[in-house]
Order: sequence, then structure tokens, then C-alpha cells
Amino acid sequence: MSMLEVHNASKHFGSLVAVREVSLTVAKGELRAIIGPNGAGKTTFFNLITGFFPPTAGEIIFDGQNVTEVSAAERVKRGMARTFQITEVFPELSVRENIRIAAEVAAGYALRPWLRAEETRNIAAVVEEMIGLTGLAGKVERLVGELAHGDQRAVEIAMALALRPRLLLLDEPTAGMGEQETYEIAGLIRKLHRDKSYTIILVEHDMRVVFHLADRISVLDQGALLADGTPEQIASDPAVQAAYLGKAA
Amino acid sequence: MSVTAAGAVDTARSADRRWLVLAAIWLVLIAAPLWMPLIGGYTSLGTRILVLGLAATALNFLIGFTGVVSFGHAAYFGLGVYGAGLVLRYLAPSTPLAIVAGILLGGVIGTIVGALIARQRGIYFAMVTIAFEQIFYYIGYKWDAVTGGFDGLRGFQRQPIHLGAFVLDIQKNDLAFYYFVLFIFALVVGLMGFLLRSPFGRTLLAIRENERRARFLGISVNRHIWLAFSISSFLIAAAGALYALLNDFADPSSLYFDLSGDLVIMAVLGGIRNFWGPLLGAAVFEVLQDYISSQTVNWLFFIGLVFVIVVMFFPRGLLGFFHRRRQT
Repeated sequence: MSMLEVHNASKHFGSLVAVREVSLTVAKGELRAIIGPNGAGKTTFFNLITGFFPPTAGEIIFDGQNVTEVSAAERVKRGMARTFQITEVFPELSVRENIRIAAEVAAGYALRPWLRAEETRNIAAVVEEMIGLTGLAGKVERLVGELAHGDQRAVEIAMALALRPRLLLLDEPTAGMGEQETYEIAGLIRKLHRDKSYTIILVEHDMRVVFHLADRISVLDQGALLADGTPEQIASDPAVQAAYLGKAA
Repeated sequence: MSVTAAGAVDTARSADRRWLVLAAIWLVLIAAPLWMPLIGGYTSLGTRILVLGLAATALNFLIGFTGVVSFGHAAYFGLGVYGAGLVLRYLAPSTPLAIVAGILLGGVIGTIVGALIARQRGIYFAMVTIAFEQIFYYIGYKWDAVTGGFDGLRGFQRQPIHLGAFVLDIQKNDLAFYYFVLFIFALVVGLMGFLLRSPFGRTLLAIRENERRARFLGISVNRHIWLAFSISSFLIAAAGALYALLNDFADPSSLYFDLSGDLVIMAVLGGIRNFWGPLLGAAVFEVLQDYISSQTVNWLFFIGLVFVIVVMFFPRGLLGFFHRRRQT
């Protein structure tokens, strides 16, 4: 059963073709990495999947339903959650408040002027669970803007998880991080995939992280899909080596 | 476990402190008619501060807590003024009815305008709020037959409140009127505080903090900005209705963008990230105006000077430093 199917998706910005007829299928429970050189169209492709803007051509099928014309907010409600290349959080609110807002919105309380005691307890339980999962227990009352970059990223992932997504999209989760932070975030992603069975699509530059974590890898180059396969297949693919790995190494 | 326990104690302590601060603020407001004369104030100045402080607080629902700046909120304040004035002048000698009418007129029209402009952002949003305000200003200014035009609407008075056998004479007794205004102030401010601590209120903070993140959590950002604009219009219209009662008079200057600017200055002066900042800002603004305008007609110059000094040395407003949380 596939969680996400993209059929021949293209995105043009004027005469620039950022994504060119890319098709891909992600199975339920799979961790898929999308790699490619700078400017390969990875983030644009991400934005097509999450509905940041509509594709110029092609179709996006999420969990059996065609969502090509569906708004970003509605895709979130149907179970797609994402993080951004540049961490997007609520800097002047505490860690707890950041995650609580995500949990309340996911529960459908965005317009509620009050909650019943039971509903408040359920939200608090979700928040505690996400704090535990992402290792933020000692920092719940801190303002997110004061935290280290790696912790801010963990907060962003916790917020995405609080939405109870069926598909989690992470756009360069280790971008700009040091060794230790990269290691911790990679460990978190691995835990979400192996222990919690999340379906995850990951755009990533760090090849150690990619080959360590991914079930399958898709390679984009100049907007087009160059190759698609297991880490072993990708590592030994001559086209990929020529276009990407050869230059990177 | 010990970390969580320490966190819980911390949270409990800060909750205790919040109640203490709240109790102190209300004590100061309730006792104002007693201590104000000692420092050269008088009751009707206190009433004026409450009314304009309520207006600035209502505007701050939008500016400080949703992150959207309106430079045209005097429109809904002024419509509240006219709504109350017109009822007392033409319809019925009832203070409660006048207040309800003012709130409805300003709030409903604010809701309609909000629906038209909620897609705009930043400077464009601010500009269209001014444009709409000018429309209502010119209606008030030109429609002589109903609004009294440039001369304003006269010939009405706030009416005593009948509570069963008891009559609260807010018409002749300044002190009774102060407490009546404080009562309405408490209701409106209490409602606003309640909304801000709700899931809906937190979505507004989310939009203020990071609109893109808010959208990708699934918040319908435009709809929430519209609702915030609408709520803020209802709240500020309540202040407008009280303003009509305070002056027994309604005139187009209450719809003019000068007043919108003054309200923004009050909010920024006191601190837009603090719930009570705009009230403090209004107090400073009104006291300065009251004192300096008795010395010179150029009082606005000195208010500007104070504003510049505050913005330079307290960029988050006079109450801004309370916003900084402890670091651990």
C-alpha cells in the first residue's frame, strides 16, 4: 500500500523548469531520502508535495486520494506534516506552548474559546509524549528562541509529530548543525522510523545520514529524477556517481 | 523526574506571582479616586484614562497578540461613540441600550471590513485600514442631518442606571460614573484575557510569531486574522460607547486617524507584548496631555519627545522588561 504517489509532476517558474516530470512512490512505513546537488529542485519538489504551491503539471496522490488541488492547510489535516530547511518555530513562546499549539490545532480546537478539563488533559498528554520522544524534557519552560539550533530543530519535529501525521516530511533536518547535533537528530529520525513506524520523506545533504537511515533513495538532478533505488543500488549507479557522488567525493 | 518536579514548582510559583500582580493592578484601579487627588489628578481624568486605555488594549489584541497593525482602529471606536450617542439622542434614554448599540455598530462594521482586508499583510494592511477609516470619518463629517456633521452630535446625556429599587446616578456623580466605567472595563478586559488564554488565542500568538509555521500546522491564517480584527473591533467599540457617555457628545474627531495614531502610540509606549502595557501607555499619554496642555498649546511636541525617548531606551515599551523570562 503506497502512502504517496507522485505522477509526472513538473513546476515551472517562468522559463525556469525547477522540477521536470518527476514520478515517485513511497510505501507505508518507508523512509525515503531525496538527494541531489544544489539547485536540483529538492525543496521545490517538497513544496509541491506539501501544497506550498501547485504543480504546473502532474498529480499528487496522498493515501489513495488525489490532493493535487488541495490547500496546504487541508493536506496537514489529512496527515501531512513538514519541517523547513530554515527552522520555523514560535521563538517567543516556550517549548511547551509551541508543541501545545500544534497539538490543539491537530485536535481541531483552533477556533475553541475554551476546553473541557478532559480535553485539556488529553492535550497535555500529547505534549508530554512529544517532549519525551524528542528529548526536550529539561527545557519545556524555555523560550524556543533561546535554545541551541539542534534543540530548535527538535522542537520543530515535535510540533510536526504532535499533528499525528501519517507522512512526515523533513527538509534538511541537519542543515547547519555540528557533529553532535547531527548525530542526535539522525538518532531521533531513526527512532521515529524504526520504533514508531512513521513514513518519512527526507531531503538531506549529509550522505552519512542518508545512507545510514534511508530504505530507498531518489536522486534529483537539474529538476529531473536521475535514479531511484536502495542505498546499495544508488551507491553503485554509474549515472549517479557521474552526476553527483563523483563530484561530491 | 526531579527536573519535571522542579519545573512544576517553578510554574506554580510564577502562577502565584501572576495572581499577586493582578490583585495589585485591580487594587490600584479601584482605589484610584482616593489616591489620584493626592498627586494632582481628578476623577474624570481617571475615567478618561480607563476609556482610552480600554481602546488601546482592544487595539493591542490585534497589534500585540496577533501581530497585525491597524492604523485605522479609531473607525470602530468612533462608530461605538456614534452608536451610543445616536441611541441616546434619538431612540431611548437608556445607558445600557446605548452601550450595546455602540458595541454592535462598531463591531459589526469592523467584522465586515475585516472580511474584506484579512488577505492583506504588513504595510498594505495598515494602509487599507486607514482608507476604510477615512470613509467613516467623511460619513460622520458630512451627514449633517443625522450626525451633526462637523459640529458633532449634541443634546444627549448618559442616563442613571436603574437596578431594581436602587438607582446608580452616573449622570451627576463622577465617582459613580468612574466605577461604572471600571465595571465595563473589567468585563471587556476580562473577556479579552480569557480569549487570549484559549486555544483560539494561542493560534493568534502563533500567527504573530511565525505565519508560515502557523499555516503548516493547519491554521487558516486569513480566517483567524479576520476573527481577531472582528473581536478587536467589538472590544474597541465598547470603549467608544463609554467615550460618548464620558463626554455626552460625539464628533468626527473620534473617527479620525489622528486618534488611531494616538492609540498606537499609547500601546507602544506601554509595551505591546504586555497585556497591561496599553493601559499604562494611555495613562502616561493622558496625564502628560492634561498637565502639559495647561502650560502650552504645543503639548503634542512633548508627547512626541517622550515617545522617542521611550522607544530609544525601552524598545519594548515601559512594561517591556517584564516580558523577559528567566533564563533557566
